[in-house]
Amino acid sequence: MFEQTIFYLFSAGLVFAAVMVITVRNPVHAVLFLVVAFFASAGLWLQLEAEFLAIALVLVYVGAVMVLFLFVVMMLDINIAVVREGFARYVPIAGAVAVLMLAAIGTVLGRDHFGLAQVAAPGPVGPEHENTAELGRVLYTQYVLPFEVASVVLLVAIIAAIALTLRGTRQSKAPRPEHQVLANSRERVRLVKAMSPETPE
Amino acid sequence: MVALADYLMVGAILFCVSVAGIFINRKNIIVLLMCIELMLLAVNLNFIAFSHFNHDIGGQVFVFFILTVAAAESAIGLAILVVLFRNRSSINVDDISAMRG
Repeated sequence: MFEQTIFYLFSAGLVFAAVMVITVRNPVHAVLFLVVAFFASAGLWLQLEAEFLAIALVLVYVGAVMVLFLFVVMMLDINIAVVREGFARYVPIAGAVAVLMLAAIGTVLGRDHFGLAQVAAPGPVGPEHENTAELGRVLYTQYVLPFEVASVVLLVAIIAAIALTLRGTRQSKAPRPEHQVLANSRERVRLVKAMSPETPE
Repeated sequence: MVALADYLMVGAILFCVSVAGIFINRKNIIVLLMCIELMLLAVNLNFIAFSHFNHDIGGQVFVFFILTVAAAESAIGLAILVVLFRNRSSINVDDISAMRG
């Protein structure tokens, strides 16, 4: 019973946050509701004994990706009136499509085919079970090549993001190495013979 | 007890909500990107639910890779968005018609 209460609590939070993400006027509020959705989702993943991924979702998604979203939303000066036009016009068709899709998915994935009678709930695992160790064991043996490819994907994403947003000419006052190498003492230091007025001739 | 079908239905509801979000926020690229994130979250929930109920850690490995690709995708999407806003001063999808698409 306790398990079900937790499940419905997190699920309701998740669905509510998702609905708010797509309906609120202010994009900043949408990002914050997306953070709520990620937290609720992490709670559900914890209940499914995927502890590592739940923590990674909070750390990587809420900590990094959502902050990036928030930065971009706050940096851009968005005209909400323009962005919201046509909103009311598309609500009926969007609702119809969503309900139809949900009905279609529900007939396949409902309790008739994936209920407790068909797929038995796995028993609880003891405290000696380590999800992180188990995940790491297969990640570095069986899935080591995809793991390397994932790192390449991230590298490409870093380079692409920097290359896209870097402005054309360099504005910074960085030193030019070739000028530094060519410098010599005769150009840098000039000795002048100064004579103070009090000095007697 | 919570059945596998319950988790799958939560994932389905989340997916349908984000599809509806793509329909009603056609002008706002930022919310479109957020809807894609929500869709990936729904898919990840399904993967983890199946992984838990079938005692197969492979589903969680797949979620790991989906998270990686989603992070890369949102980083590049936001970079494109910043460049677009710098050039056009708007994030309206209808303004992006330079290629007459």
